[in-house]
Amino acid sequence: MSKSVSPEARARYWRKNLSVLAGLLSVWFLVSHGCGILWVDQLDKIRIPGTGFKLGFWFAQQGSIYVFVVLIAIYVLVMNRLDRELLGEDDE
Amino acid sequence: MSVQVWTFILVGLSFALYIGIAVWSRARSTGEFYVAGKGVPSLANGMATAADWMSAASFISMAGLISFMGRDGAVYLMGWTGGYVLLALLLAPYLRRFGKFTVPDFIGDRYYSKTARVVAVVCAIFVSFTYVAGQMRGVGVVFSRFLGLDIELGVLVGMAIVFFYAVLGGMKGITYTQVAQYCVLIFAYLVPAIFISILLTNQPIPQIGLGAEYAVDGAKQGVSLLDKLDGLSTELGFATYTDGSKSTIDVFFIAMALMVGTAGLPHVIVRFYTVKRVRDARISAFWALLFIAILYTTAPAVAVFARTNLLQSIPGIAYEKAPGWFKNWEDTGLIAWVDKNGDGKIQYDGSGAAFVGKPTGKDGPDARPARSAGGERLWDNAPTANSNELYIDRDIMVLANPEIAKLPSWVIGLVAAGGLAAALSTAAGLLLVISTSVAHDLVKKTFHPDITEKGELIAARIAAGGAVVVAGYFGINPPGFVAQVVAFAFGLAASSFFPAIILGIFSKRINVYGAISGMVVGILFTASYIIYFKFINPADNVPENWLWEISPEGIGTVGMILNFIVAIGVSLATPRPPEAIRTLVDRVRYPRKAMAEEGS
Repeated sequence: MSKSVSPEARARYWRKNLSVLAGLLSVWFLVSHGCGILWVDQLDKIRIPGTGFKLGFWFAQQGSIYVFVVLIAIYVLVMNRLDRELLGEDDE
Repeated sequence: MSVQVWTFILVGLSFALYIGIAVWSRARSTGEFYVAGKGVPSLANGMATAADWMSAASFISMAGLISFMGRDGAVYLMGWTGGYVLLALLLAPYLRRFGKFTVPDFIGDRYYSKTARVVAVVCAIFVSFTYVAGQMRGVGVVFSRFLGLDIELGVLVGMAIVFFYAVLGGMKGITYTQVAQYCVLIFAYLVPAIFISILLTNQPIPQIGLGAEYAVDGAKQGVSLLDKLDGLSTELGFATYTDGSKSTIDVFFIAMALMVGTAGLPHVIVRFYTVKRVRDARISAFWALLFIAILYTTAPAVAVFARTNLLQSIPGIAYEKAPGWFKNWEDTGLIAWVDKNGDGKIQYDGSGAAFVGKPTGKDGPDARPARSAGGERLWDNAPTANSNELYIDRDIMVLANPEIAKLPSWVIGLVAAGGLAAALSTAAGLLLVISTSVAHDLVKKTFHPDITEKGELIAARIAAGGAVVVAGYFGINPPGFVAQVVAFAFGLAASSFFPAIILGIFSKRINVYGAISGMVVGILFTASYIIYFKFINPADNVPENWLWEISPEGIGTVGMILNFIVAIGVSLATPRPPEAIRTLVDRVRYPRKAMAEEGS
């Protein structure tokens, strides 16, 4: 069985959890609502070299989705590590 | 072999596969029926979630929508995938730890209120039914267009198949069938896309082909595909494809409403209960989004390919020289042409709709409009004054895409099997939510707490069976409001469910009064805005009359913000929730073993 977990360790775990979420969701917002919507016309003035993509268009229809996949991958890795830190090597 | 024979073979094979899987994996307990005994591996669960998530609309309609909207179509791409991120980060792991079967379970326990639970059940059932009716309709449409069956017969076949494996197999049967359905649908989506990408850009990967150089018969043309399409579009008087036409604020609010609304869809949340541990729930969320992203990044490429092919081949061509697919799809009313200037050529330009409303007419011998001397179908609709002569249904862009690109007939049959896989997988997931809501949340938790496990399983099966029949009925006789409501279900979910769940997890201070008044205010505001502009006074539905230029599609975001404000305000003004709720919230926040010292 796992060692017992102090309330302080739990509070630390939750604070870290919240800051991970804040970081990931900021990127989520900047990429989709920022690059894909708010700044799309400015970004469209730039072209991705070697392709026909205007940068804003690419973010709106391709790039944001790739970033979403990466965000969840980071979340999985970071949270699984946090769980291990809280509980020792043995997790749930 | 002809297209029909190929379609029968491929659709038949895929159905046999689904039924075989259902028999092999049928459920024996309520645990297996509701959540597949929590024993599904993460990778399989990811595929099943992706199939569940991608509906008939994603498969059949999305690329078409984008190809007519240009850059603005990104609201669907970002909305539906970005919503998945919210779900995976903010909801799934916590609800999984909570460890019960349904979202109403969480709402009912967290807000210590039977009323809240019943309200949540009713919302879940309502959202699920509007969705499932759309899926059944999708099944009927695929059958009728590819196999020449009546839509009614098509819906009945679809009902029989879903009935078989949802009622028999429950979540376990559905999950493993959905794994197979994902493979079928993604293969069916990618094969034509890859073929066409090679034809148009010499580039086998559609996502790269989208940004590559335009080519004819393998010879590069010195201009990128997107520039080529922009040129074709403006030449014909359409908006530039890669520019937006909606206002930025409207796009912003629509995308947000779609994201938040998607995160609240009950049939996807329940998927995270089917894995063993929270860690597996997170990993399967990653697999699911990866599998979803494969289709969602291909869709904009398909949209551009189809649009380019269409604008290259049709405008200005004489009707008798029009390709075979043009005339085939004319028979279904998805393409309609009216020769306004009498020159026998098909004029297609950006001057507006060719005529009023969707094509109708039943004068001919085969319950279809009669043909003129020139051969085209004659429609009852009044022509408009502009120069555009062509009506094209957006669904064509995916369904007829292989024919437009002259691909072999087995590819066309494959698209039919893929469309059916997408529709059936989503329908089955939704039916399960309905049956779980009825058997577990209503019968067991509300009316008959002492029901036995066996009795609950029977109730769940009866509810699933009843739901199939009701959904089939709506599929055959779609009430006019269904199409309208589906489009707004996201806004309604965004303004009601989402804040209640989020606040329930991330705040210990929110109490039952705050949660309920927030939900009521959010959904009332959103629903009245939508009902006013869509049903009571459609003539007023123009940007000048909208609140801050936000269309009814995007208003759910405002409803959600109101919900948050009201819920927090009312909670702060009323007593704290009981101590037991604080423990419940802790149980949702921390891994179970971290709570061991308190004996929970």
